[in-house]
Amino acid sequence: MIIQRLLNHKLAWLGLSLIAIVLLISLFAPLIAPHDPLAVDLMKKLQPSSTTFPLGTDHLGRCILSRLMYGGQVSLSIALIVVMFTTLISLCVGLVAGYFGGRLDHGLMRLCDVFLAFPSLILSLAIVGTLGSSIGNLIFALVATHWAGYARIVRSRVLSVKESHFVQAAIVSGTRSLPIMLRHILPYTLIELTVLATLDISHIVLHIAGLSFLGLGIQPPTPEWGAMINDGREYFRRQPELMLYPGLMLFLTTLAFNLVGDVLRDVLDPRMEKQMRVKTLKTKLENG
Amino acid sequence: MAEAVLTVDQLRVAFSGRSIVHGVTFELQPGRVLGIIGESGSGKSATCLSMLGLLQRATVEGSVQLAGQELIGLNAAQLRQIRGRKIGMIFQNPASFFNPIATIEQQFTETLRSHQSLTQTDAQSSALHHLSTVGLSEPERVLRQYPFQLSGGMLQRVMIAIALSLKPQVLIADEPTTALDVITQMQILRLIQQLQQQTNCAVLLVTHDLGVIAQMADDVVVMWNGELVEQTSVNQLFDQPQHAYTRSLLAARLTPRLGEKR
Repeated sequence: MIIQRLLNHKLAWLGLSLIAIVLLISLFAPLIAPHDPLAVDLMKKLQPSSTTFPLGTDHLGRCILSRLMYGGQVSLSIALIVVMFTTLISLCVGLVAGYFGGRLDHGLMRLCDVFLAFPSLILSLAIVGTLGSSIGNLIFALVATHWAGYARIVRSRVLSVKESHFVQAAIVSGTRSLPIMLRHILPYTLIELTVLATLDISHIVLHIAGLSFLGLGIQPPTPEWGAMINDGREYFRRQPELMLYPGLMLFLTTLAFNLVGDVLRDVLDPRMEKQMRVKTLKTKLENG
Repeated sequence: MAEAVLTVDQLRVAFSGRSIVHGVTFELQPGRVLGIIGESGSGKSATCLSMLGLLQRATVEGSVQLAGQELIGLNAAQLRQIRGRKIGMIFQNPASFFNPIATIEQQFTETLRSHQSLTQTDAQSSALHHLSTVGLSEPERVLRQYPFQLSGGMLQRVMIAIALSLKPQVLIADEPTTALDVITQMQILRLIQQLQQQTNCAVLLVTHDLGVIAQMADDVVVMWNGELVEQTSVNQLFDQPQHAYTRSLLAARLTPRLGEKR
């Protein structure tokens, strides 16, 4: 149902196919990349595009096309891991806070406020800066800056679902808290979370690129788009493509996830469904 | 008279300082049906819900004793033990009291397993047994179905089956037939009556329908504006209503008088 409605949107098609392309390229980079992305050859540095190097080479003579292909691997897999962890943590926190309420809720929400009070880039900079830059710390920093917003959304959803009659009925019949939370409340928070997570993947990809650009994310020589932009900075005048290509990849990936997220939000909103039904009914009536 | 199974003494309910129920006192005898009538907002439902600690932001004072055990002031874990097992509850508009994305089986067995240590298979057969006692012709099929696949009357039967499956001492029925058509209404009332006699549980019947009261209740309390204005037997209520409000309530009944239009 949902997938079908999703596919009715042209924008969703565009977004999904872009995502598919980026994912496939990243996944099969070892098979399709023309060169080893780490192979340094200073004799061939800063070459323009040619048949051997379709997009040219960077300041260490590495093939840019190959680096672009490999670059998605790290960013996207980290983004997915981060989204997974944030979703899990925020579900636990949001469910507990919203369901039990009272002091527990108060405490957890103040904790969220603390995390939301810092600008996310600054907070992640501080975390990676103090803990040292490794992939584990990067994931930790990103989860730490993202979970609070998710948790608040889950909690607000839990609060409204908790008022529904069937949750009240389950409470009245003395059902344990865990089954109530898992069966009667959790499924109703997933729609919001799905939309949020899809829209947020692009955010996280940018965040990783930002940190790498500042030298705190993924460390050289691992190919990564943000780091590639940073590498190209010094040669901007001579060869702006060094910054242009990875920027373009970031742009397309972000755009793709945003498009899908937007359409997903429209499709999953029950009010939209009603509008659609009214519309189809109207056209049916007009056509007799 | 036998020992009361439920004793409510000077129950007061207030929401942020505003009193909703001011000092209600009544007793419920085992095996009897006590009707609570009154107009909307008279405090009937608040009285029932406060007994089970379901009004979260309300301050509840007074005493509610279930077979000698004080219910007011219990903690969440103790209340959970009471809910369902000692006091069952059924509601009006059964369709909204089932989770639309879980099957009847999931919702039935989860209640059973919350109170008894049962395996899923045992809980399933127990659920099947209880469904067959409420007059559902194909309990196996009902178990597999989702709430929206069943009619309101069937759902109300399922709700009654769930409520009575744990053999509660008291069944609170909050307008159990208001959302049903008259024929289903009568069937459901008969079912409650029959099961009540079988299990000998006491029933607290909350309604504004005098017809339901006349058919079901042994005793009646009349509530008005958060106060208990009259407490009497059902015959007395209809023959000799004492309080002015009770009389106006009786006068507001719709009675079919053919050929007499105002």
